[in-house]
Amino acid sequence: MEWNIRSDLPIYSQLVDLFRQRIASGALPPGERLASVRDLATEAGVNPNTMQRALQELERQGLVFSQRTNGRFVTEDVQIIDASKKALARSQIESFLGAMEKLGYDREGIIALLKEDA
Amino acid sequence: MAILECHDLSKRFGSIQALDGVNLSIEPGRVVGLLGPNGSGKTTLIKLANGLLTPTAGELRIDGKAPGKETKALVSYLPDKEYLPEWMNARQLMDFFSDFYADFDRERAAEMLNRLGIDEGMRIKQMSKGTREKVQLILTMSRQAKLYLLDEPIGGVDPATRDYILDTIIRNYNPSAAVVISTHLIADVEQVLDDVIFIRSGRVLLQSSVDTIREEQGKSVDAYFREVFKC
Repeated sequence: MEWNIRSDLPIYSQLVDLFRQRIASGALPPGERLASVRDLATEAGVNPNTMQRALQELERQGLVFSQRTNGRFVTEDVQIIDASKKALARSQIESFLGAMEKLGYDREGIIALLKEDA
Repeated sequence: MAILECHDLSKRFGSIQALDGVNLSIEPGRVVGLLGPNGSGKTTLIKLANGLLTPTAGELRIDGKAPGKETKALVSYLPDKEYLPEWMNARQLMDFFSDFYADFDRERAAEMLNRLGIDEGMRIKQMSKGTREKVQLILTMSRQAKLYLLDEPIGGVDPATRDYILDTIIRNYNPSAAVVISTHLIADVEQVLDDVIFIRSGRVLLQSSVDTIREEQGKSVDAYFREVFKC
């Protein structure tokens, strides 16, 4: 897995986003078992407590669940995954629209341009 | 309970005030960066924690005790200089550490040396600087200590060695022990730290978590450090 961590944002929230992307894209499929906190932290080159905090946040969001002795798994609830995927897509669209507005495009102009490209 | 605590800790060398009323507390399970420019007092603080120096005023406690024989059994120390006898080979060093420290995990050390392809019969004298640094770190991290004090563990090593050192620190993470890493190479260590302590002219400027700084300042600890310590 690629772990590109930016320097200007909290590390834990970037880890949460990376996991959300992987779960949304299916790179981490429903029901998949996650590696241990230590292994994930080593792989990402981050502090184990930070990795733990990110996984707990994913649990809170319902994207991951833990089984006491077996470790952590990606949820099998496809609705939760879809909702998370849509939320990620929306925030991508929002930042895209923001950037286009700065260039002077209105919604219609953007749609016209997208159709040209399609 | 805190594993390392300082109360109004001061150390003076003649006319030089190396530490000036330091108050801080480090809990088990944390990886802490002790960050400050050269001459800010980092090494002095670490030496006080090892009982290699005695305070001029105030106190320092390790697991509630003043530094001494008992606390040395709890603290694993990596000095900022090479200190291993040059004539010894890796096997003799492991024997030496086994004799000295009841908590030395020889199997773990041997496995780490093996993974790096370091022959146990190789003498320190024959090793490159990077290899010596790795061997020193392996010996330090192979103790089951409560507190690891690493003084400039990544100073003057190449990027691959630096990655190996940071990787080893993460791999050996133990929730009941604290790791203190002193350095001025902040960008390199930032991701492996829980907390940072900024120290300047013997005083603590700030103790905070890495993600709190990033959240509140909107920048890396490295960038924030450069701002705070601008010359």
